[in-house]
Amino acid sequence: MAYDLIVVGGGPGGYVCAIRAAQLGMKVACVEKRDTLGGTCLNVGCIPSKALLQSSHLFEMAGHGFSAHGIKVDGLAADLDVMMGRKAKVVDELTKGIAFLFRKNKVDHVHGTARVVSAHEVVVGDRRLQTKAVVIATGSESAPLPGVDVDEERIVTSTGALSLTSVPRKMVVIGAGVIGLELGSVWRRLGAEVTVVEFLDFILPPMDGEVRKIMLRLLQRQGMAFRLGHSVTAAVREGEGVKVTVEPVQGGGAETLAADIVLLAIGRRPHAEGLDALKLDRDPRGFIVVDRRFCTNIPGIHAIGDVIGGAMLAHKAEDEGVAVAEILAGGAGHVNYDVIPSVVYTWPEVGAVGRTEEQLKEAGIAFTVGKFPFSANARAKCNADADGFAKILADARTDRILGAHIVGPQAGDLIAEVSVAMEFGASAEDIARSCHAHPSLAEAVREAALAVAGRAVHA
Amino acid sequence: MTQDITVPTLGESVTEATVAKWFKAVGDSIRADEPLVELETDKVTVEVSAPNAGVLTHIMAETGAIVAVGALLGRVAVSTAKGAPPPPVVPTPPAPAAVAVAAAPEHPLSPAVRRIVTEGGLDASAIPATGKDGRLTKEDVVNFQAAPPPPPAAAAAPREERVPMTRLRRRIAERLKEAQNTAAMLTTFNEVDMTGILALRDRYRESFEKRHGVRVGFMSFFVKACVAALKEFPAVNASIDGNDLVYKNHYDIGVAVGTAQGLVVPVVRGADALSFAEVEKTIGLLGHKARDGKLSMDELTGGTFTITNGGVYGSLMSTPILNPPQSGILGMHKVQQRPMVMADGAIQARPMMYIALSYDHRVIDGREAVSFLVRVKESCEDPARLLLDV
Repeated sequence: MAYDLIVVGGGPGGYVCAIRAAQLGMKVACVEKRDTLGGTCLNVGCIPSKALLQSSHLFEMAGHGFSAHGIKVDGLAADLDVMMGRKAKVVDELTKGIAFLFRKNKVDHVHGTARVVSAHEVVVGDRRLQTKAVVIATGSESAPLPGVDVDEERIVTSTGALSLTSVPRKMVVIGAGVIGLELGSVWRRLGAEVTVVEFLDFILPPMDGEVRKIMLRLLQRQGMAFRLGHSVTAAVREGEGVKVTVEPVQGGGAETLAADIVLLAIGRRPHAEGLDALKLDRDPRGFIVVDRRFCTNIPGIHAIGDVIGGAMLAHKAEDEGVAVAEILAGGAGHVNYDVIPSVVYTWPEVGAVGRTEEQLKEAGIAFTVGKFPFSANARAKCNADADGFAKILADARTDRILGAHIVGPQAGDLIAEVSVAMEFGASAEDIARSCHAHPSLAEAVREAALAVAGRAVHA
Repeated sequence: MTQDITVPTLGESVTEATVAKWFKAVGDSIRADEPLVELETDKVTVEVSAPNAGVLTHIMAETGAIVAVGALLGRVAVSTAKGAPPPPVVPTPPAPAAVAVAAAPEHPLSPAVRRIVTEGGLDASAIPATGKDGRLTKEDVVNFQAAPPPPPAAAAAPREERVPMTRLRRRIAERLKEAQNTAAMLTTFNEVDMTGILALRDRYRESFEKRHGVRVGFMSFFVKACVAALKEFPAVNASIDGNDLVYKNHYDIGVAVGTAQGLVVPVVRGADALSFAEVEKTIGLLGHKARDGKLSMDELTGGTFTITNGGVYGSLMSTPILNPPQSGILGMHKVQQRPMVMADGAIQARPMMYIALSYDHRVIDGREAVSFLVRVKESCEDPARLLLDV
């Protein structure tokens, strides 16, 4: 029996694409080599890391935050096994949830590693599946670094860092990106001495400059150490530990850091296993080249998600999955790459959408900044959680919102309001004139919008 | 009972017309013989009337459509014998619910847009929207307001306006250019001392008008003068047809008339057989018809020579273009007092008119053309010559 569509990869891009295609009446199979669906995100990425971030955050609150609320805690201890068990349960439930959604939408889940022979044939084990079209959603994998050989025991990627059996005493994180800072935060909260080594002179490279600055300060205040402008030239196992050699990028003497665990988190590269039979166009970094309709150079073969590059985010892949399914069904699927939010789940969180001040200056666009600190937000004060700010950047002439950058409690959820506004081409005034509940964290967003016109009420 | 409204026969060699205007809309009641639709052809505009009273039920050929002779223009439901027209046909009104939906704006305005539109007294529907699904963003409104204000109504006229040429204008253009491209055209000039005609006209003005019901004008003199000259110089009344020269023994003089739609040239037929009064009457009638757009095809075709009078607009001198296949055209001009030297050497102020003859040198020799024009001049200066045929 022939399928209308075979999706290769059951991550956020692939499984969403499969479900959307099935909703549109297609006969769909989704090939996934893992036992469970959900890809990196659900199994060894966003979801388990957020589970551990929540557990470790509560632990830290109990240790350092509760006393301010008048709650005394004696004999505080972290039970890592229970923590990991809870994480595993979250992952298990969510991956099973996708399996349920597949059954509900009559998507065939084919377990195994796919080999795409052509736009019309995909081989999985000894099965030859016929199809009318193929969507490749094979995702990405941790990028390697010469001199640092990952063993997932002592020298780990995010995958290993999510399953450590004990809290390391000393941890070196290579790369001050989102993954490094999040997982570094998890283990620092649980008691590790964490040093983050970053090649660049700042953390969170694609973020707004002001966000990078305040986050560095806040993370340092929490006890995270940074070696900015340093590169790691080697990480060598020595007994139970690892010796990490770091050198200043500007030149100077090398230095050795001792660590129990080294986390390699310098980025991710496309994962394109099982596609060798195809002569797919790739860019110099290995990403599959697609056009605006996600067509590769081979008619009938489409690609979405991390494997085509761009923002390597689950929700970007999901939107592409929906778009390509709708395009295959004859619709007008579209992804607005100008309005894809990104979130860092440290504490405080970072939520960002649209362009940064630096990008706007470089593009020569005149803009107005509206900024409001959470220290002036009633709810944040009540919560004793008032670090950070909400910032809205709007076109100086038309007031159209060009970007928003929030550092603060629940920033990842607060940014959604601005994303919707931007999707509708809204102005800062539109948000400013929309009633927001009091007291709420979202009021900070409204005040930032008011501040664009220089008329924040509470600042 | 329904009756088809079709394109009538439009005249010799005219096979199609453009629907210029419908006077009635579908559902309108019409009386018998009431004009329904105006058709425009190469030469004339024609009104098509309803033969019977009734209600216009269909329009098959919309304004601007090109229709052939006999084509269906529309349909009329003819009134019953009782004479009462059937109820007008009205389009089924849309369901009320649909109206209510359509009346509401398609998308609610965003709060900022609502404020600016209200404060600025703007019509939101007039602002180009770029937002999702055609929504108006504040950016749209700001850009709209920043756009240079439309110039005041007086200056609001576009820098240029492009309109399709009417059939008549196209035909005029074609024929004038055809004349220039085909004929070996040149112009000879002379002048007429109008003292004689003016004196004659003054002397008989009242009695002529009383007797004939029409004023005595210059045109009759010039028509008669031309007929006399044409008889003397038959080449000027001839035309080329292939390798033949066709000399005409009838004198059908076209008289150019300017109308709102353009130049038309109705023909005074058998001008040689008409009295002065009959010529004046005929020209008056044709002129009226021309200005009302009511000339028939027969009245516009078949001239053998043409007279055009640019003098009515003040022209002192011009070179008329032939009206093919004719070989000659006389241009009359404005009468102007000018100092003239008389036979005795005295200088007198005289009412003078320049006259021009454009002619096709393929047919007419220079000697004939110049002599023709001299003959016209002499006849006009001394109208008695016309009487005596000298």
